[in-house]
Amino acid sequence: MKEYICIVCPRGCHLAVDDENDYAVTGNACLRGAAYGREEAMHPTRVVTSSVRVRSRKHPRCSVKTDIAIDKSDIAKAMLLLDDVELIPPVRRGDIVIASLFGSEANFIATRDIDE
Amino acid sequence: MKMYDDYELIVIGGGPAGLGAALSAREHGLERILIVERDVELGGILNQCIHNGFGLHYFGEELTGPEYAARLIDRLEGQAIDVLCDTMVLELIPGEQGHTVRLMSMAEGYRSVGSRAVILAMGCRERTRGAIQIPGTRASGVFTAGTAQRYVNIEGYMVGKRVIILGSGDIGLIMARRMVLEGATVLACVEIMPHSGGLTRNIVQCLQDFDIPLYLSHTITKIEGRQRVEKVTVQEVDDHFNPIDGTEIVFDVDTVLLSVGLIPENELSRAAGVEMDPKTSGPIVFENGETSVSGIFACGNVLHVHDLVDYVTTESEGAGKAAAEYVLRCAHTSHKRTCEKTPYISLVKDETVTYTVPQRIRVQCVDDHVRVFFRVKTPYKTPRRIVFRDGDRVIASFRRPYMTPGEMEHVTLKREQLDEVLGDELTISVEEIR
Amino acid sequence: MFDVAIIGAGVVGCAVAYELSQYELRVVLIEKENDVAMGASRANTAIIHGGYDPEPHTLMGKLNVEGMRRCFKLCEELDVQHIKTGSWVVAFDEAQRATLELLLEQGIANGCEGLEILDGDVVRSREPNLSDDIVAALWIPESGVLNPWEFALAMAEVAVRNGVTFMPNTKVCGMSWQDDHYEIKSCVIGAGSCASANESELENGKHDTSCSAAKAAMPEKITTICSRYVINAAGVESDRIHNMVAPPAFDIVPTRGEYYLLDGTAAGRIVSSVIFPCPTCAGKGITVSPTIHGDFLVGPNSEVIGDREDTSVTRDALLDIAQKARQIVPNLNVRTSIRNFAGVRSNSTYGDFFIAKSATNFIDLAAIKSPGLTCAPAIARIAREILGEEGVLRERRKDWRGGRRIVRFKEIPEGERAAFVREHPLYGRVICRCETITEGEIVASMKREIPPVSIDGVKRRTGTGMGRCQGGFCGPRVLEILARESGHEPLNIVEDGCGSTILVGETKDPRSREVSHK
Repeated sequence: MKEYICIVCPRGCHLAVDDENDYAVTGNACLRGAAYGREEAMHPTRVVTSSVRVRSRKHPRCSVKTDIAIDKSDIAKAMLLLDDVELIPPVRRGDIVIASLFGSEANFIATRDIDE
Repeated sequence: MKMYDDYELIVIGGGPAGLGAALSAREHGLERILIVERDVELGGILNQCIHNGFGLHYFGEELTGPEYAARLIDRLEGQAIDVLCDTMVLELIPGEQGHTVRLMSMAEGYRSVGSRAVILAMGCRERTRGAIQIPGTRASGVFTAGTAQRYVNIEGYMVGKRVIILGSGDIGLIMARRMVLEGATVLACVEIMPHSGGLTRNIVQCLQDFDIPLYLSHTITKIEGRQRVEKVTVQEVDDHFNPIDGTEIVFDVDTVLLSVGLIPENELSRAAGVEMDPKTSGPIVFENGETSVSGIFACGNVLHVHDLVDYVTTESEGAGKAAAEYVLRCAHTSHKRTCEKTPYISLVKDETVTYTVPQRIRVQCVDDHVRVFFRVKTPYKTPRRIVFRDGDRVIASFRRPYMTPGEMEHVTLKREQLDEVLGDELTISVEEIR
Repeated sequence: MFDVAIIGAGVVGCAVAYELSQYELRVVLIEKENDVAMGASRANTAIIHGGYDPEPHTLMGKLNVEGMRRCFKLCEELDVQHIKTGSWVVAFDEAQRATLELLLEQGIANGCEGLEILDGDVVRSREPNLSDDIVAALWIPESGVLNPWEFALAMAEVAVRNGVTFMPNTKVCGMSWQDDHYEIKSCVIGAGSCASANESELENGKHDTSCSAAKAAMPEKITTICSRYVINAAGVESDRIHNMVAPPAFDIVPTRGEYYLLDGTAAGRIVSSVIFPCPTCAGKGITVSPTIHGDFLVGPNSEVIGDREDTSVTRDALLDIAQKARQIVPNLNVRTSIRNFAGVRSNSTYGDFFIAKSATNFIDLAAIKSPGLTCAPAIARIAREILGEEGVLRERRKDWRGGRRIVRFKEIPEGERAAFVREHPLYGRVICRCETITEGEIVASMKREIPPVSIDGVKRRTGTGMGRCQGGFCGPRVLEILARESGHEPLNIVEDGCGSTILVGETKDPRSREVSHK
């Protein structure tokens, strides 16, 4: 049995997910909560946000994110990749900073513009 | 930039509130609008909030802070709204025929600019160590979470390696995750209240994801270290928030991040004679965001601290619209202040509610409805009723399945409901459902 | 070889340096911290005392009124922020009213002018927030408040301008008399500055930015300073310095006082003058006083402590201070607190200032406790006279340049601001929004005789970070300006003393990612 606090809405239901019984969810107040619980137990993912170096006096860092959620277990590995990046302006929102993380469909993309 | 000597509207602050207000005022017919921003770029604090979770309500998708800001800034394109960045407003002087704003920057120098209406959108600041009186030395390494956030996210510097967080406000939780992802160790998050001050989502994704323990009903009772922080002592507190002897836990840390509350930044408002609400630390406003000084409006975190930027934007659009209506009314009627002498009802709260915004409603000025924002004082895990009464008479009643002080609530009062109020007070309370 | 070495750059040492800089002398001012006024001179009630409190037979009693008047004069000459607020000593009953009579007589004996005892109602008509229980109060019109660290700094700046050598980060660890001069053994911390310590460490390839490592990385170098005369102005360390050359004569009893600083914009106009309770043997008691920044100081308590450098604040003392202050100002709201701090006073077993020529060519200006800040200029006058008797003072410097003018944007009249900023654009950028301090003021402070080396050094010189946000907004900006103007790396900028690091590394740097095992 795995336990989670539901984050779908502010109510914060305490979910119990039975991983030995087809991931049956109890403690949820709605169907979205049940879906969240199953997902967290089976395949938790997160959008990762961070920043990378930029060759700019005015803006030494540019904020980035993964354009889709990645496996929670890949977060630390993904962070290390960012150490080696340095962007050269101009940077535009949505520019790909690191493409197809670990061979997946996820990319790190810039989340702001930097002109100079 | 070629500036006017006289604007229809000056918006003080270019964060989400100021941008929303200026855009809305433009949309509602104003042509000479100036936004004054103290930082070097628009966007306000959103620029350093590089995490995601913004915009679900307003844009219908999940954005990071910089992306949310950029969406608003993009809308300025072609709107002929003047913008002054790196500029500080030093003084706001109210006047009968319009207000005067004294501002200064390296580019524009020191100047006084007139404006028919002014929107206060200065946001808020963080409470500091001095405000909560943490005993101990004055060692370096004690930062407010927002200052640390600026150093880490904007300037690219780490502020510490072994970190403890005091307060479970959202910025503190967000910074716990940021510090871990950047290689620091976060040993604990300590909250003096028996419940967390942040969103559940942040408790889960910023603390639990990284196995950071949350100590509720605990606080830091001592900071040690001659030059840089070396150690802090954490103690459990009793019901009156007094530390309990024998519960000491000592953490070896070099950094303390404080996330112990936000205070609306109202020094300009106070100096301008705007009437303040001690509960929100923001101006007292009418149904349309107008303060006690006619022609001065307020929105966003300068008015009351929000937990979602989406609501800031909505609120600001309301204030922008109201300011536009005010300016146009002044221009078209000889009777300059139609609403000034209008009678109003005051929203009064009992002990279950911390505050309401607006605090006053001029029923005659309400087109169709008013949205009332409020916070409850304690968490409710089971359904409750929010009741508005005129004396003993129930004017309106709303059901909520659960409520918590960390989440701002709102209800909508209709004009026809307000018309039924005979007295000059409307009382709001949270009640059991019988 | 110096003619005079002053040990300690607190307000007394700075006042002596200022006084001696007017003569053809080679003077060195030695300080163990990285700036002037780092001890009791910066953590006190910032009051220019009226002179009613010390007993007339003491040195404190003899010097207070002279010191007070010289303080005000120096503040004018050196552009040090000050206000002649006047002060009250309040009495809650008839016994205390009798004490006021005693203080009045004592004050007159000490040379105070304009003292009068007024009834409670009259007092409240002038200070409406005072307690209804106050039956009478002694009014001391001549006293006031000042900016204590700026006072010390201003005197030191003029001294350095006129040839005095300032040696910060230099801790005296021994002294011996050699025929005609003293050899002062000193430990130089960080070989001059904290920043250079970190840089030399970097060259050695041992760069580790964790704070404990930064402290360990400060190399210490022993140096010898030779001087014909030594003046001991070492404050809380003055007994130790004395004992290096003379038989023990007194012991310092380090006495900590804790304070609240209340935000003037939030607290309202609590008081417009300094309010003292009736003094007891423990000292002048918990005071409520305005500051030159428009805020309010509440404190200090009085606690004898073992560690002379322990400036921590404690929960019990703060609660006690708040409770006592509310006896004087019942509606005092400590929720408007923006800072707590503590200072360690150099009380001693001697009970008075210890001013004497205690050994060959060695002058003690020791055990300077309250009202030492006020008396500093008079103490410096005595030091000058002793040196005069010794025949050390040669001619007055003909090229001595006194005076000091500081541009403070806030003080520029409304009508002149636009023209001034056009001429000096750096004054057009506000860095500290709470106190309205501009970049121009910060840069100017860095170009004066003793430039700041820390965020707090800038704060003491310009007022940045003094206000309600306590540097939350301006801190990163001040750090950037300090780094830019001094040519140091941002990572090497400290908050206050050596080792008080702020930033420990860069993000996206694998070295910042090393897990620390502690």
